[in-house]
Amino acid sequence: MNNNKHANWLVENANMILRDARKEVGRVVQQPARRAFLQRTLTLGGLSLLSGCALVDGESIDTALMGISRLNDKAQGWLFDPNRLAPTYPDSMITRPFPFNAFYGEGDVREVEEAGYRLEVTGLVADKHVWSLAELRAMPQTDQVTRHICVEGWSAIGKWGGVPFASFLRRVGADLSAKYVGFKCADDYYTSIDMPTALHPQTLLALTYDSQPLPPKYGFPMKLRMPTKLGYKNPKHIQAIFVTNTYPGGYWEDQGYNWFGGG
Amino acid sequence: MMNFRTDLPIHPLWLRVTHWLNAIAILILAMSGWRIYNAAPFFAFVIPKGITLGGWLGGAIQWHFAAMWLLAGNGLIYLTCNVVSGRLWRKFFPLSPRALLADLLAALKGTLSHADLGQYNAVQRAAYLFVIVDAVVLILSGLVLWKSVQFPILREFLGGYEAARRVHFVAMAAMAAFVAVHLLMVALVPRTLLAMLRGR
Repeated sequence: MNNNKHANWLVENANMILRDARKEVGRVVQQPARRAFLQRTLTLGGLSLLSGCALVDGESIDTALMGISRLNDKAQGWLFDPNRLAPTYPDSMITRPFPFNAFYGEGDVREVEEAGYRLEVTGLVADKHVWSLAELRAMPQTDQVTRHICVEGWSAIGKWGGVPFASFLRRVGADLSAKYVGFKCADDYYTSIDMPTALHPQTLLALTYDSQPLPPKYGFPMKLRMPTKLGYKNPKHIQAIFVTNTYPGGYWEDQGYNWFGGG
Repeated sequence: MMNFRTDLPIHPLWLRVTHWLNAIAILILAMSGWRIYNAAPFFAFVIPKGITLGGWLGGAIQWHFAAMWLLAGNGLIYLTCNVVSGRLWRKFFPLSPRALLADLLAALKGTLSHADLGQYNAVQRAAYLFVIVDAVVLILSGLVLWKSVQFPILREFLGGYEAARRVHFVAMAAMAAFVAVHLLMVALVPRTLLAMLRGR
């Protein structure tokens, strides 16, 4: 609907320009035959210029834009350097308080019980056993202070600690040549990432924020933290991880956010 | 001095095509960019929704990340043709501050001649060169915002991610100001619009 409104606006303005131009043609060119020819070609030119917007309905525009977004995924996959690190910062630069963000308000944050928490790992992996929080905490941990960039444009610096995702994927014997890793979350969020980003040295299964266990609002008990991707690619309260070659999409991605989504 | 041959167009076809493609790209990028800015404004104002494109943030980003290819690809073709044909040097130089000042004063007094559209006056030369540089700044700062990790030298040169957002916005504002003046000038000398449409 909005596209149509803009298309109308464009047509209206283009018509005004054409009208002025036709007037000009009429004044400058005296020979009637030449004048008529120029005025006609002007109209045709105007139409062909606008055909991308005005003569196509909103749905095909959306399809075209989605198609370009898929091409942008490919371009970004090609641009992605698996060894290029996001900048890190001193603790003194951490943004306090770190902003809460989700597809729901802060009052609706899901409280996941620590005792009953289990992490399911499925798909193209050798070891499909269900993980407990204690097992995740027993793996070698690391932490980093990095910039979180939201798709809205704002950014904030935070400190996350946890298991490097690459070592987790190797531990479960994941097929590292698979295309996608998908995530399902306790807050009904879901998303997926490309394997090169999953294996990036700064991609963490984060268990802590600012050296404390992740509070519920930041995704207790575990979230994926990638400084190379936008906020909506970093799922919280992860309950299931699966490795696949079938495009899994995502909560926002299915609505139109770019799938690769990040730096 | 030049353009005595009346069969030669004022603006060659490649220039007219790239000009209008650029106009479409700038219009889409500006309007969708305003919607993206509104999602997290860093100044004390937002852009009126009626003049933004995309409806919601995701739609605006789709428009923005589609039209960016048009701007960059078309811009590359424009610059290549401009340099290879020698038009860049012929049309835009020499350009001295003295000539710029003289033509600016003449323009404000209404005494600047527009008889020969084939020759740019000093104000035009400066304005068109400025907008070429501004478009390059827009593309480079946009590259840092789109891929903040992949272009570290560019990112640090612009002062980091947050600074790049401001650079991108200010360059957009400069582009919008140029377009406003450009359209005003076209309205004052409508023959220039015809020349940009049919070449003469």
